[in-house]
Amino acid sequence: MDLRYTEQEQTFRAELRAWLADVLTSVAPEPHRDDWRGRRAWDTGWQRMLFDAGYAGINWPKEYGGRGATPTEHLIFLEETERMRAPYVGMNFVGLLHAGPTLVVEASPEQKAHHLPAILKGEHVWCQGFSEPNAGSDLASLQCRAIRDGDDYVITGQKIWTSFAHIADYCEMLVRTDTEVPKHRGITWLILPMNSKGMDIRPLRTMEGSTEFCEVFFDEVRVPVANRVGDENDGWRVAMVTLSFERGTAFVSEMLQSMELVRDLVDLAKKVTRHQATAWEDTGLRRDIAHLSGELDALWSLTKRNISQAQRTGFVGVGGNVFKLAYSELRQRLGELSLRLLDRASLSLEDVHELPTGKHIHGRIHALSIGIAAGTSQVQRNIVAERTLGMPKDQ
Amino acid sequence: MDFWRTEDQEALQDGIRTFCQGRFPIESLQLIEATGGRLDRTAWKDLAGMGVFSLRHDGFSITDSVLVFEELGRALIPGPLTATYLAATHLASILRGTDSGERIVGLAQIAEPVTMIEHLLDLDSLLILGPDSIALVDPNSVPTQIVSRPLDPLTPVHVALATSGGEIIATGDVVRQWCREGAVMTAAMQVGASFAAIDLAVEYAKGREQFGRPIGAFQAVKHMAADMLVKAEVARAATYAAAVNLDGNGDDALDRVVSVAKMLAGDSALFCGKTGIQIHGGMGFTWEVNAQRYWKRAVVLDTHYGNSEMHADALADSM
Repeated sequence: MDLRYTEQEQTFRAELRAWLADVLTSVAPEPHRDDWRGRRAWDTGWQRMLFDAGYAGINWPKEYGGRGATPTEHLIFLEETERMRAPYVGMNFVGLLHAGPTLVVEASPEQKAHHLPAILKGEHVWCQGFSEPNAGSDLASLQCRAIRDGDDYVITGQKIWTSFAHIADYCEMLVRTDTEVPKHRGITWLILPMNSKGMDIRPLRTMEGSTEFCEVFFDEVRVPVANRVGDENDGWRVAMVTLSFERGTAFVSEMLQSMELVRDLVDLAKKVTRHQATAWEDTGLRRDIAHLSGELDALWSLTKRNISQAQRTGFVGVGGNVFKLAYSELRQRLGELSLRLLDRASLSLEDVHELPTGKHIHGRIHALSIGIAAGTSQVQRNIVAERTLGMPKDQ
Repeated sequence: MDFWRTEDQEALQDGIRTFCQGRFPIESLQLIEATGGRLDRTAWKDLAGMGVFSLRHDGFSITDSVLVFEELGRALIPGPLTATYLAATHLASILRGTDSGERIVGLAQIAEPVTMIEHLLDLDSLLILGPDSIALVDPNSVPTQIVSRPLDPLTPVHVALATSGGEIIATGDVVRQWCREGAVMTAAMQVGASFAAIDLAVEYAKGREQFGRPIGAFQAVKHMAADMLVKAEVARAATYAAAVNLDGNGDDALDRVVSVAKMLAGDSALFCGKTGIQIHGGMGFTWEVNAQRYWKRAVVLDTHYGNSEMHADALADSM
């Protein structure tokens, strides 16, 4: 076991760092969180810069225009871009990390030629139409119906939690094409152009006050059969292919942000006072912060273990679920520490009285979503118990 | 970067695990308890014969040693394993015969509210760890009072009534390095004990039926088991990271990585110990079932080289 980076990895880091230092000066300031057009331009503009420099699709195979980097290089890429405060993947997320990888494995040559370069260049933004009001943790019970009519599928139903739907060009859709068979076997994966007729997209306001999520309603929306990826009724398997792309890097940027939040929290604790002393002199508080900071280090080590396992075997194994469970819980405690430290100052979502409350309170709210998004902690625990520990199914 | 076991390391760990299962089957622990936790010198020499104490002289790294100690912890092997290993590693010229198992070396850390000495009756040499020194004393010369009912029946203890005197045989950097390695080897045993507690609890939950189904089918039980695994895997990552850094193959601050490992491995062993008992229900509270033994050992190991809280405070001091 060796935690040091190889010469090749160090060269990769040095070149990336030099490039970032050079180009980041020309990147405009981040648009306001509710300026969706501006954010799209900003995110896709950055994607184009990555493409021109050969960093787009860092983990995609070279034959499809990606960089074909190793999991460790991917880690370095995320580490350096975060450290240098480069734009994050933003609304290119679904295209680059979800729909794109699925297309790489499952799409026809024509579909690949049309979509993959456009995703890498930041020309097409994708969204995801998987979840439904009645299909959350139990995704395979989805009901959004697609009926074959000549060369088209005709879609009627509803999707929810569709991030960036109002600004995206394409949607990776899971639809019900057979209601007579067990739920996993009647699902089909479609490429839906977001300018199709018959769609009603309504923003869904989150508790953070943002409108990143949408609900999408489908009323006889026609999608060509040529847009199907994989066979009819084989969509569940196609959707699961994406999971095999995970190399343990999913939360790297998140975690680096949390590490910075902890450092800020320590600085803040040394500044704010209570009972005629600084908060940092409160043994209970500083012990809790230190414990959490140590746990973050351990999760960073776990990430490196997961990445190394992926590099050796091609799979992350149990480490991915374990990481998400541990991180979700830790992030909640980090948020609670912010509230404890800021006390009455936490009543403001904006900075008050020269205190950086905005960042900490937004962080605290964000933490509430991590144990829910991409599989709740309860579902994750079932997976760990059943698949890793071999415990019996609850039926 | 490659933070995964090499094939050699996998073979080393598997070999030790097989040895432990054969030589120290978990059923044999109750026989040791019947003797008052006295050490079997033949078994001790068999450990030495496997190279457990001489790992470092035989060219193995701290990381390799951690993999070995993880297995010793998994098997709940009693005795001053860490102290003897460290004595063979760092004080071989003074304490001859340690690596071959001839000499059993114990270590007692001067502590508040009391200084406790483990396995005193079986020690050939006793080391007293002070704030920045290690003193060598004759185990028979220390005024002590025996503890008639030790918490962990596999870890007999005496209260030291005085700890002064002895010959100072290590100071400064040697003591600092000793404490780091001691904390990491202890963490490795805590990780091993955590995984053993998980295996036992999961096995029980698969077989024990209530309400017409194995209790392991209930999500309430599954989620406890999953939480155990999360604690243990995170602690393992931290412990390996500390070992790799101590081997000079990382860039992290040594005292910090060591504290993180000991803190989280301690938390993990205690958590897995108590949760394992809970999953066993009433049987978990019996003497017969081994679930309680993992928790008791976890309590013992948490007190070695600073408990979790002390290491959290050490982290805070450096922030």
